[in-house]
Amino acid sequence: MPAATLTAARSLVATPATARTIGSVEGRRAFAFKEVGKRFGDKIVLDGISLDVRAGQFLAVIGKSGCGKSTLLRLLAGLDRPSGGSLTFGAAEEGHSRTRFMFQEPRLLPWASVVKNVEIGLTGIAGGADARRRALAMLEEVGLADRADEWPSVLSGGQKQRVALARALVGQPQILALDEPLGALDALTRIEMQQLLERIWLDQKFTAVLVTHDVGEAVALADRVVVIGAGRVALDLDVPVARPRRHGSAELAHIEGTILDHLFNRA
Amino acid sequence: MSLAARLARNGTAGWLLPAAIIAGWEAAARAGLIPANVLPAPSQVAEAFWRLTLSGELIRNIGVSTLRALSGFAIGGSIGFALGLANGLSALSRGLTDTTLQMIRNIPHLALIPLVILWFGIDEEAKLFLVALGVFFPIYVNTLLGIQSVDPQLVEMGRVYGLDRRALFFRVILPGALPSIFVGLRYALGIMWLTLIVAETISASSGLGYMAMQAREFLLIDVVVLSILIYALLGKLADSLARLLERLSLGWHPAFQKG
Repeated sequence: MPAATLTAARSLVATPATARTIGSVEGRRAFAFKEVGKRFGDKIVLDGISLDVRAGQFLAVIGKSGCGKSTLLRLLAGLDRPSGGSLTFGAAEEGHSRTRFMFQEPRLLPWASVVKNVEIGLTGIAGGADARRRALAMLEEVGLADRADEWPSVLSGGQKQRVALARALVGQPQILALDEPLGALDALTRIEMQQLLERIWLDQKFTAVLVTHDVGEAVALADRVVVIGAGRVALDLDVPVARPRRHGSAELAHIEGTILDHLFNRA
Repeated sequence: MSLAARLARNGTAGWLLPAAIIAGWEAAARAGLIPANVLPAPSQVAEAFWRLTLSGELIRNIGVSTLRALSGFAIGGSIGFALGLANGLSALSRGLTDTTLQMIRNIPHLALIPLVILWFGIDEEAKLFLVALGVFFPIYVNTLLGIQSVDPQLVEMGRVYGLDRRALFFRVILPGALPSIFVGLRYALGIMWLTLIVAETISASSGLGYMAMQAREFLLIDVVVLSILIYALLGKLADSLARLLERLSLGWHPAFQKG
């Protein structure tokens, strides 16, 4: 095993010391990538990514297909190990799951009722009647409380993805990693889901990392947009637009244009 | 709603055709179209049924055959299920045993009858062995297939959400494999009766197959036909039980939801 992997593995565990020195609650760090690289065989997917993300920030990661943005997210969620560099997290809080992952597909268990699917998100956190109560409260939040005891197969695509969102958030994660979760939805359902996501994020104050190929979606939701190109951070842009944001406003369109220009090297 | 649609809904429609066949058969036999030494009339078969029920012979033979069928099924089915699980979950186990099992699978198990008679004579073991071997493969193959076809995305989701191995098995893998396991179960029930009939016909001193063979010796064709009908009913009963189990445990599956 190369030395870099060892270091990375160790720092993946926890570094409460660094986290505590960061200072006030507002400026607390959620996680930081430091020169993180990832290779699959000879293919270099990520080539020294450095990224410092403040707790409670809504970060959008965009890039063309195959640029490594999903790999970045998988590293963050601990689904993969970095080949080099280090990844550190802020201190975990009691009773919270650290990172939750929301997939592109809903990935609901077809043989478990909607509420049982949400309870999966409380594995190791709560059980029994307490889990059910919390799962029902979360379903209420995503507007599906009345469907709690139905099978997932009777729900629409958007509803399934809302159940998946409830499952991801019921454990009150500190970081929510979203891998193009709205990509398969129709345009209107998509906007609805974006608004729901924004509302819950404002309410629960978790750190959100949204990987998307939709620049419009990124600027509508995020505080900060990072463009990945050739395995590196190609652009790191703040989106200082007040919320609630209006879809298609001139301000957002301008930022969207800047990012698109950058993506297609028109700058 | 029309009568036909209502019958189709409550499941009685399936019995209309057998009832019509029996009625036609009775009429043809009475009219002398079917000679009595070829096929007795249903009423004669019913008479034989009544006679053998009164003498206790029928119940005893059904009991013996059912016990054999179920014990053989339990032995072969549980070994097949266990190996299917092991080979579905562990690449090592699959690597060690699957090739051998696939080779054995290609031997028709009824071809082993001469060997089995040499080994066990015509005792109970012979029948149990054949039934167990017959039901082993459908259960094994379908359990293995079921586990291998569980959606890997769901397994990954389970891992990401922190399910331990036990929870992953009981909440994700086993329920995912269940539809396929039920296919194996129903197929195995068919093989179970088939094997038992053949085995009892060739070598037995009790049971339904034996009863049919004895009746043939004495030219009691009504008893022969009765045995065949009882096999059909028992087979249907086993299948219905399997379907009931399937409906109870696969309620989530779109195919089992009431439209």
